[in-house]
Amino acid sequence: MNSLDDSAALPPPSRDIKTIVNAGLKRRHAAERRFRWFGLAAISLGLAFVVLMFANIIGKGYPAFWQTFIELPVAFDPAVIDPEGRRDPKALADADYAALIRASLRGLFPRVEGRRDLRELYGLVSSNAPFRLRGQVLDDPALIGATRSVWVLASAKVDTLIKGNINRTLDESLRPISDQEIAWVDRLIADGRLEQRFNTILFGNGDSREPEQAGIRGALMGSFYTLLITFLLSFPIGVATAVYLEEFAPKNRWTDLIEVNINNLAAVPSIVFGLLGLAVFINFFGLPRSAPLVGGLVLSLMTLPVIIIAGRAALTSVPPSIREAALGMGASKLQMVGHHVLPLAMPGMLTGSIIGMARALGESAPLLMIGMVAFIVDVPRGFTDPATVLPVQIYLWADLPERAFVERTSAAIMVLLGFMILMNGLAIVLRKRFERRW
Amino acid sequence: MNTTTIEAKAALGGALNPEAREIPLSSAQITDYDHRQTVGKITVDHPKMLCREVNVYYGVKHALKQVSLDIGANEVIAFIGPSGCGKSTFLRCLNRMNDTIPLCRVTGQIQLDADNIYDKSIDVVQLRARVGMVFQKPNPFPKSIYENVAYGPRIHGMVNGKAELDDLVRASLERAGLIKEVEKRMDEPGTSLSGGQQQRLCIARAIAVNPEVILMDEPCSALDPIATAKIEELIDELRENYTIVIVTHSMQQAARVSQRTAYFHLGDLIEIGETDQIFTNPKHKLTEDYITGRFG
Repeated sequence: MNSLDDSAALPPPSRDIKTIVNAGLKRRHAAERRFRWFGLAAISLGLAFVVLMFANIIGKGYPAFWQTFIELPVAFDPAVIDPEGRRDPKALADADYAALIRASLRGLFPRVEGRRDLRELYGLVSSNAPFRLRGQVLDDPALIGATRSVWVLASAKVDTLIKGNINRTLDESLRPISDQEIAWVDRLIADGRLEQRFNTILFGNGDSREPEQAGIRGALMGSFYTLLITFLLSFPIGVATAVYLEEFAPKNRWTDLIEVNINNLAAVPSIVFGLLGLAVFINFFGLPRSAPLVGGLVLSLMTLPVIIIAGRAALTSVPPSIREAALGMGASKLQMVGHHVLPLAMPGMLTGSIIGMARALGESAPLLMIGMVAFIVDVPRGFTDPATVLPVQIYLWADLPERAFVERTSAAIMVLLGFMILMNGLAIVLRKRFERRW
Repeated sequence: MNTTTIEAKAALGGALNPEAREIPLSSAQITDYDHRQTVGKITVDHPKMLCREVNVYYGVKHALKQVSLDIGANEVIAFIGPSGCGKSTFLRCLNRMNDTIPLCRVTGQIQLDADNIYDKSIDVVQLRARVGMVFQKPNPFPKSIYENVAYGPRIHGMVNGKAELDDLVRASLERAGLIKEVEKRMDEPGTSLSGGQQQRLCIARAIAVNPEVILMDEPCSALDPIATAKIEELIDELRENYTIVIVTHSMQQAARVSQRTAYFHLGDLIEIGETDQIFTNPKHKLTEDYITGRFG
């Protein structure tokens, strides 16, 4: 009621309102433009770094998907493979196939003599070549006595030379490959005995000391088993916890305390979880070291708070009218949650869980603590086999000086990033697909 | 109704004998705020629900004060009053929806037929199957129309087999006057219907479990006048089979659909009486002020 009197008491505007506004207008617009420019600059810078990173990784890692092979005419000499002529599989498996490779190489370069030079010559071929011959003979013993041309894996230094990563103009003592070896490789190229093929070894083999035989399969399987354990543990427990805390737990000081602690747990450095896992799971419960089981347990501890927080957020976003409708129909609280609230919150929960799992996939620090950093050649076949995971494999390879490992490191990073993009993409698809409007 | 006698509640004994509770009272006595007493006849001949000295507290806030009221069988009773007067709070006491609100405390006695609904032996699930509710904002489940109606019978295990459930769903939709509109689209989500249709779907959902009482909390406040008219018509038809308690902000609506009207003010039940009498000849000053539009 007073407002009428007040407005009447206001002094009349001294200056024209247009001039007052216009005076400040320029400054306001300038501030807006500046802010826009800052934003644009920040985004451009960020994008530039992303492009740079991807270009660098893909540029370095792409060659790792190709691998050099050498064609050798191999005479499957019965005197070497099966001197007794009984075709006994055990004798066939134990035969000296390396001798066949050596003989074949000597046949290609008959003028090479002397132990040192011959050793260099034999070094053109990867040390796994004899196993390939053995495999062929065991599959088909009729090969014995015949001469076949066989494509065998070239050694890492030949591969590196072919990929152009060795500077031929350098002095011989400064490069890993000698003039003589370069001459042999050039001969092989001229003869059409050298070929680059898609690198199936990268996806089919476990780790190896020889770069040309090293693959990420062991790490991939290790990651798979670890994440399976993580998901199986953290998703149901996380969802159940979120539902209990959000829908059933009384709101009091204790639940507040629990909530604060869960939020803090999500921010605990991951290596701390590794230490916890080492102390509890390995030292106290005596679970095996380096095992995906323990890795999964540790990553579950790390992922649980993320899933609980995402789950609670998803539950809160379900409108209370749905809860009232269900309760008003005479549904019990568990029916209300099970039939209505949880299905509606599930997309949000899944999205949160997938993002938590993607984080777990990229985690390496806590796994170092529980011994998943060991050099493991065998591909793990279960939850208690020693294993490593993809990020730790990357960490291990990044330490090695050979050029062939450098490109494999980048290739492994590409695979890891591919999985990350896949998982995050899945989260986005789920969110879009099941988004509901009320 | 005998307009010369003003009856109101007083301290009640254990027995709920209608005659014993009618104590004459002059309007001069009603001004004392703390001991405001209800004007009008709180009892009916065939009560479905009996509420005696109901108090509701939200924490320290005393939201509903000493409300005593009968709800007659097969009648439509309207609760009116300004915002925050406690009418919705009281409505939610009748099927214990207040239980879901933390810090909410209810004292007093509410009976549905012979059962004290706040008794430990009464399960809310059973109570809410007997006392259905329709909310202010239409809130169908984000499921198909069929599933919306079938939900109640299904969780209570009221039907055997699909055919029986189909019949019940159809009958419920028919009774809610919705069957013609949704017959061909039973599998579409309930949320795809218009606001008025959604509200009728909610009513169909409520009557599918065949409740004895239906509570309606401002069922038309989110609807346009045509949808409102349809719902009001429906309420009138439903009265044959159900007891209906409706909270409304619209006095015209209360006048149109109800037989009795209760006026609430700041947590007190000020006046209760035949709807005609409340709107033409209110006994209490506050009621008169409200219905003549002086506040509220």
